[in-house]
Amino acid sequence: MSTLRMNKLQKRYDNGFEAVPGLDLEIHDGEFLVLVGPSGCGKSTVLRMVAGLEDITGGELMIDDVVVNGMGPQQRDIAMVFQSYALYPNMTVADNIAFAMKLRKTDKEEIKTKVAEVAELLELTPVLDRKPGQLSGGQRQRVAMGRAIVRNPKLFLMDEPLSNLDAKLRVQTRAEISKLQRRLGVTTMYVTHDQIEAMTMGDRVAVLRRGVLMQCATPADLYESPENLFVAQFIGSPSMNVVRGSVSCSAEDDIDLTVGSQTISLSGEAAGRLKGLRSYDGRDIAVGIRSEALGGDGTSSIDVTVDLVEMLGSELLVHSTIEAPAVRAIDTGVELSDQRKSSIVASLDPRNQVKVGDRLRLAVDTLRMHAFDLETGEAIGRR
Amino acid sequence: MTATINEAPPADLTPIATKVARKVSSPVGRAFVWLLAALWTVPTTGLLISSFRPEQDIKTTGWWTFFTNPSVTLENYSGVLENKVNGLPFSDFFWNTVRIAIPAAIIPITIAAFAAYAFSWMKFKGRDLIFVLVVGLMVVPLQMCLIPLLQFFGGDFFPDQLAGVTTIWIAHAIFGMPLAIFLLKNFIGSLPSEVIEAARVDGASHLTIFMKIVLPLSVPALASLAIFQFLWVWNDLPVAKVFGGGAESQPMTFALVDMVGNKGNEWQLLTAGAFVTMIVPLIVFLSLQRYFVRGLLAGSVKG
Repeated sequence: MSTLRMNKLQKRYDNGFEAVPGLDLEIHDGEFLVLVGPSGCGKSTVLRMVAGLEDITGGELMIDDVVVNGMGPQQRDIAMVFQSYALYPNMTVADNIAFAMKLRKTDKEEIKTKVAEVAELLELTPVLDRKPGQLSGGQRQRVAMGRAIVRNPKLFLMDEPLSNLDAKLRVQTRAEISKLQRRLGVTTMYVTHDQIEAMTMGDRVAVLRRGVLMQCATPADLYESPENLFVAQFIGSPSMNVVRGSVSCSAEDDIDLTVGSQTISLSGEAAGRLKGLRSYDGRDIAVGIRSEALGGDGTSSIDVTVDLVEMLGSELLVHSTIEAPAVRAIDTGVELSDQRKSSIVASLDPRNQVKVGDRLRLAVDTLRMHAFDLETGEAIGRR
Repeated sequence: MTATINEAPPADLTPIATKVARKVSSPVGRAFVWLLAALWTVPTTGLLISSFRPEQDIKTTGWWTFFTNPSVTLENYSGVLENKVNGLPFSDFFWNTVRIAIPAAIIPITIAAFAAYAFSWMKFKGRDLIFVLVVGLMVVPLQMCLIPLLQFFGGDFFPDQLAGVTTIWIAHAIFGMPLAIFLLKNFIGSLPSEVIEAARVDGASHLTIFMKIVLPLSVPALASLAIFQFLWVWNDLPVAKVFGGGAESQPMTFALVDMVGNKGNEWQLLTAGAFVTMIVPLIVFLSLQRYFVRGLLAGSVKG
């Protein structure tokens, strides 16, 4: 099918605002790539540049190794699903789906067969003669999908196509779109601000902040080995716990992390994973740990006081106070809280009996700890 | 113990239009509106009744005596239609008005629709400036343009074959365009941008988007504007008189004025003539009034 490549893709507006300073990204043939980030991070701008709806002010955009910077949307052979679906209100569902093919002067019989096929696939056959105004939200969304898939484009572009659906329908449609994309094998770029959508749908996920690519990896990699604090905290719910800690290295391979008045010792494999910490000896870093790496099995432990207990059925979320300032990735870099205490979340087995006010000793799975530079927010790893 | 709290009266947030609507729909309000409407229609009713009364009755008694002494004749109407103005039958002038009004309504609106699309959805240098200039032309009074335009039409470069009805079309198109462009740009510009973008991604050219999507969606605005322009041209006298040349290309209003001059005493003909001129606008307005009201509100309220 098709590949998409961006070389230093740039978007600068007339007023000097740089929405996308220079993006390098490649989408492989048949891949489902999700572009995710907080609102205003430039993800929709990137998508609109790929679609040809927004001028590219610098860099190169290539579809199948052909530079398409100067081409209009109609020449790029792409299909797009919009957030509002953007159906043609004056046409029936069948005409909506057939519109692009009619413009390409496709044979009438072929259009008919194709529309019927797509309608069957998306369960739209009974509503083919209706106007968009007479359809439910879910049906409109499927018509928008049908319009995109009917003509076998080189690329699918989707701009938050699920955000206008209610929660239940969203989960269902999410799975349907994933299945459909795999079946059709069309290279797809999908924009969302919802990290759960990103994680569940994407072959790879690209995380964007202020137009800059923070990391592009498979959902598992993104979750397990975030390259920086922003990705670590953006991906995953509840968000990763990150507090300030200081490093002290002993003569052997062991590394001690001091968080408040408590010390977590890393040894063996755990110390090897975070070998880069040796160059931070005596300095402060950001220590990160996901909620599920607390309170299970672990070689080290920390003591906390329970503030709040949330019973979710499958897990028990325990919010507790720890005596160390929180570290947070913000839009411009890293922010260190000026509060001496911070709140951390642990996800425990729901059979645990925990009450507010309890003193808890939480085991720390040191093999799943993360460390980040306090200034750059970059992950500290093996090097 | 009682505590007095000075509470500010709740701010009345009801829009004025809603308030007016509420007042008008009360029984008293309704009666008042009916009364106003009746008063407003009295002269027209008198005209209508007079146009059917015999010559003798019109000249001796008021139209209201019709109710005590009803006598109806169609002679006035046949008299008007057979009546010659400048040697031409009145019916010729009726057809002239039709010949002038229909193209003079269609031409500017067609051009304005294209222009409104371009101003809304096509990117080109100086777009906003040109739009402001065009809309700014609305403040130029028609009378100020009569002489320069007449000189333009009389110039060597303007083909003489176009003199007459065609010249009137062009003049009306020129005068009608700024308002038409302004109103249509407001309407077409407020169509959802994602729909236009979806069509572009689907591979549609600007012309296709205009014809297949924008035009069908703009029917209410186009229709109301067409009614406006049609009525304006139908009732026009000065533009036709200045640019139309000889009597053979003049509209009914011209014939009516001529009759007032030459047949000022023959009221029965004037009343019938006036009604012949009014009948088409009346039909047009009554049959298309739902577009008229909807179109006036175009862009001002959400769908």
